[in-house]
Amino acid sequence: MIEQKFDAIVVGAGASGNAAALTMAKLGLKVLQLERGEYPGSKNVQGAILYADALEKIIPDFRDDAPLERHVIEQRMWTMTESSHVGMHYRSDDFNEERPNRYTIVRAQFDKWFSRKVRDAGVTLLCETTVTELIRDARGRVIGVRTDRADGIAFADVVLLAEGVNGLVGQRSGLRPVVTPESVALAVKEMHFLPREVIDERFNLQGNEGVVIEAMGTITNGMTGTAFLYTNGESISVGIGCIVADFEGTGQTPYGLLESFKNHPSIKPLLAGSECKEYAAHLIPEGGYKAIPQLYGDGWLVVGDAGQFVNAVHREGSNLAMTTGRIAGETIAWLKTRRDPATAANLTEYQRRLEASFVMKDLKKYKNIPDFLHKRAGQVFGLYPRLITAAAQTWFRVDGKDKRAKEAEIFKSFRAGRSLFGLLGDAFKLARAWR
Amino acid sequence: MNATVNNGAAAPKVEEKLFQNRYLVDAGRPHITIKAGDTPSAALRSLVTTCPAGCYSLTDKGQVEIAADGCMECGTCRVVTAKTGEIEWHYPRGGYGILYKFG
Repeated sequence: MIEQKFDAIVVGAGASGNAAALTMAKLGLKVLQLERGEYPGSKNVQGAILYADALEKIIPDFRDDAPLERHVIEQRMWTMTESSHVGMHYRSDDFNEERPNRYTIVRAQFDKWFSRKVRDAGVTLLCETTVTELIRDARGRVIGVRTDRADGIAFADVVLLAEGVNGLVGQRSGLRPVVTPESVALAVKEMHFLPREVIDERFNLQGNEGVVIEAMGTITNGMTGTAFLYTNGESISVGIGCIVADFEGTGQTPYGLLESFKNHPSIKPLLAGSECKEYAAHLIPEGGYKAIPQLYGDGWLVVGDAGQFVNAVHREGSNLAMTTGRIAGETIAWLKTRRDPATAANLTEYQRRLEASFVMKDLKKYKNIPDFLHKRAGQVFGLYPRLITAAAQTWFRVDGKDKRAKEAEIFKSFRAGRSLFGLLGDAFKLARAWR
Repeated sequence: MNATVNNGAAAPKVEEKLFQNRYLVDAGRPHITIKAGDTPSAALRSLVTTCPAGCYSLTDKGQVEIAADGCMECGTCRVVTAKTGEIEWHYPRGGYGILYKFG
């Protein structure tokens, strides 16, 4: 395929692969990047929120020409039942800053732009090329990849697997276990188009201001999962995702769940009159810290979703992908300047740098949250949303009942739904998992 | 079932959703196949509802069939049947399969 030997081969042109490839090229390395899609982004799905900090560390002036939809000035967190939602909103004019902190993006467009930067930096990108397996030397060290192209082999000092949550190369090569139905969520999403002015009016926005809504509750019908609605420039991304094992166990369909969410009385008016132009599905790693596989070995390392780098609590993933990609790229370039080979022993430096970054610190902090949610799904996604929304209705409905009686009614509903012991236990367990 | 639980929304047809999408189908080379077997496992049967593209269906004889043309390559079926090994799963050849316009 390509005769020359590369310093590094990057498998995948998503957030982590582009971050890694660009970082290495800027540091003078000869990089080959392989992408199975027709163009970078053609296989990628995200909500999508872009976190400026992670990208700024790779492309400081990205705001000059990146395809950004809106900068986020308002976050709505909703706890939902069939007819209601209780929300916590945070909106601030402080987010109308010179260098906004978060943006909504459209991944296929963003990835094309990101990839242009990568190629401009000197990376050789081959699209429509699926990597089928790793090539190893007699001692088991990874020295290249085989692809589905004719004569499709390429060699490098190190192979970076940026192949995503469903990455087959690493899983089939035994570098990491196959992900389990319990540790990944299946998310489905639609793109709904509306005129910009309608979105502005509907969400109380002006200029490029944007709103994101994150929602949980009975909308997932007892399954562990969340839903979202993000405002783009002239479209709205709406989606819902639940743990795969929950879909498998309950026989609910992902598209049925999405349809129910779109028809919720709190959501439906926001989408009214829109035209759906795409339906997408993707897996999201949800296992957290405990699901992180071995991240490196002789001649290879893993970045992004393939390494399970998602902070499920804060709905962060693309920033962890970019950051792990950047750190992997920096580590490899550093080894090269020292003339150290990319052996497992030398690549422990990658792990060390990850541990020192927010990536591992955050994932470690929430390492017990997936277990907590799994064991208490009934309470977290069913009982508590019902109790909270019912309490709100009792509190706000004016019906001649005195306020002390209303308070008593609310307390009684909580005690009846979950014993005092249960309430305290849930709070204690959550606090322990959170700290 | 769940589609009618909330708010009386009519059960959506997944085909109508997939109609929005762009694909380059590798005719005659399906990237997912079900291995021949006697009785499909519960895991394999669950894909009739779990697959987000509705690619799986149950035949009159109780066998599970796949038509992967609408596949979005999410990998859910691969993950669900990893333990039973009933599915042969590959990515489509480079360039083929789903082509997200927005993602």
